Amino acid sequence: MNKDMNTGSNLERVLKSGTFAVTSECGPPRGADPEVIRKKGSFLKGYVDAVNVTDNQTSVVRMSSFSACLILKEMGFNPVMQMVCRDRNRIAIQSDILGAAALGINNILCLSGDHQKFGDHPGAKNVFDIDSMQLIQCVRRMTDEGKFLSGEEIKGKPNIFVGCVENPFADPFEIRAMRLAKKVKAGAEFVQTQCIFNVEKFEKWMEMVRDLGLNEKVYILAGITPMKSIGMARYMKNSVPGMDIPEEQIERLKNVPKERVAEEGIKIAVETIGRVKTIKGVAGVHIMAIEWEEKVPEIVKSAWLYPRP
Amino acid sequence: MIVANRKPFEEIIEMVKPYSRILLLGCNECVTVCAVGGAKEVAVLASEVRLFRQKEGRPVEIKELTLERNCDLEYVETLKPIINDYDVVISMACGCGIQFVGENYRNKIILPAVNTSFEGVTEEHGVWTERCQGCGNCVLDKTLGICPVTRCAKSLFNGPCGGSQDGKCEVDKDIPCGWQLIVDRYKEMNMLEKYLEIQPAKDWSTSRDGGPRKRIREDLKI
Repeated sequence: MNKDMNTGSNLERVLKSGTFAVTSECGPPRGADPEVIRKKGSFLKGYVDAVNVTDNQTSVVRMSSFSACLILKEMGFNPVMQMVCRDRNRIAIQSDILGAAALGINNILCLSGDHQKFGDHPGAKNVFDIDSMQLIQCVRRMTDEGKFLSGEEIKGKPNIFVGCVENPFADPFEIRAMRLAKKVKAGAEFVQTQCIFNVEKFEKWMEMVRDLGLNEKVYILAGITPMKSIGMARYMKNSVPGMDIPEEQIERLKNVPKERVAEEGIKIAVETIGRVKTIKGVAGVHIMAIEWEEKVPEIVKSAWLYPRP
Repeated sequence: MIVANRKPFEEIIEMVKPYSRILLLGCNECVTVCAVGGAKEVAVLASEVRLFRQKEGRPVEIKELTLERNCDLEYVETLKPIINDYDVVISMACGCGIQFVGENYRNKIILPAVNTSFEGVTEEHGVWTERCQGCGNCVLDKTLGICPVTRCAKSLFNGPCGGSQDGKCEVDKDIPCGWQLIVDRYKEMNMLEKYLEIQPAKDWSTSRDGGPRKRIREDLKI
């Protein structure tokens, strides 16, 4: 929000217009078939303002975020290229930013990245040459000053709308709003949060965010994930680091007949959107329907967020 | 100190298969303190190898010797009169010692009996943990004595990441989150506002990324 110029990003346009934004994500396939992305994209068409593409999420090798972004862009989407610091040093990162910008990708989401221990190559060497905070600074420097991290001038500078993530549910809780303040100071223009299941805790975090005046400085998109099954809820609660799933939500899924669990999961997601929408400072939602992209239209419509501007 | 772990016996016995006269070398420094390569551990490994080879019907002669330091020429030179009496040297010193002995006796093969692991401390009796990665540009003033390069699994300079939960690292529930430790320390010292300072991208050229490092003190050279 510090820059005056527009990047051409549709997400930026929607957020700046004051409309409640909707983004979603596509997880790329573990293979080279572009049809997988096209199929996922076909579900989302018309229901989102921008679509994130994850970058080897949970450290499992997948089609690069960059390529999948390009496929989605060809379909008319405004892609958000996710970039983690785990696999590339500052040379490769800046090179990929230039490449993405050259092909019209104008949103980048900066993350540290899950540790490789969780993935399919736990014996890999990690990089973490820079961290997510420094990556935000890097993209902003390239965009605003037209300079590389080294200070050298870029000939033909990129123009990127810069995002970050924050997990209001990770510890230590008392610095989670301060951490966002750092990211805003580093140059983040929008933030997409970790999946929200514990709305009370999210409200508390938003209160801290407002106390720091951050809602005036960064567009906050609340993370929403529908639960497909009780197994998924259990897995996320017990095995995904930094996830806060209240027991009563799992109970709610348990209390409906098996064939209606998925429906109940969607219902909870829609209710959560309704609740976060009323929280002061929330500028949109980021719907992460993991391997369940086909349900995004239903969620968007049920939450009265359709049609998109 | 440098902390190491002994290699599995099967790996050691496989390495020494072709040899029958072995010089088994220990070190009186770090590897003695972390109980992996001092005189005591040299004696244990020597007995294990002797017994195994005895049973196999291919007995070995093993000379046990523990140097004061394996990283110092003064002590390494003392091997000169005896080293050629042996086919091979198995070293229980750290990686520095193993290489330094090898550099000074180029006609000998030096085999490692330990895996050199990290620079750390004895947290309690029998427990050693990592503290430093020798990045060559210390930031402990900024983080009040807790190293983000070493204590954070991702070496984040502006942590903690989203995987920190209940004070533990996402990598392992037994590893304390380095950034939780740093934040706790800021609070303890009433300096939480320090957390808001953004640490810019680090210059890693002083670390191993800049190539093998060397330090020279001209005034000490003879």
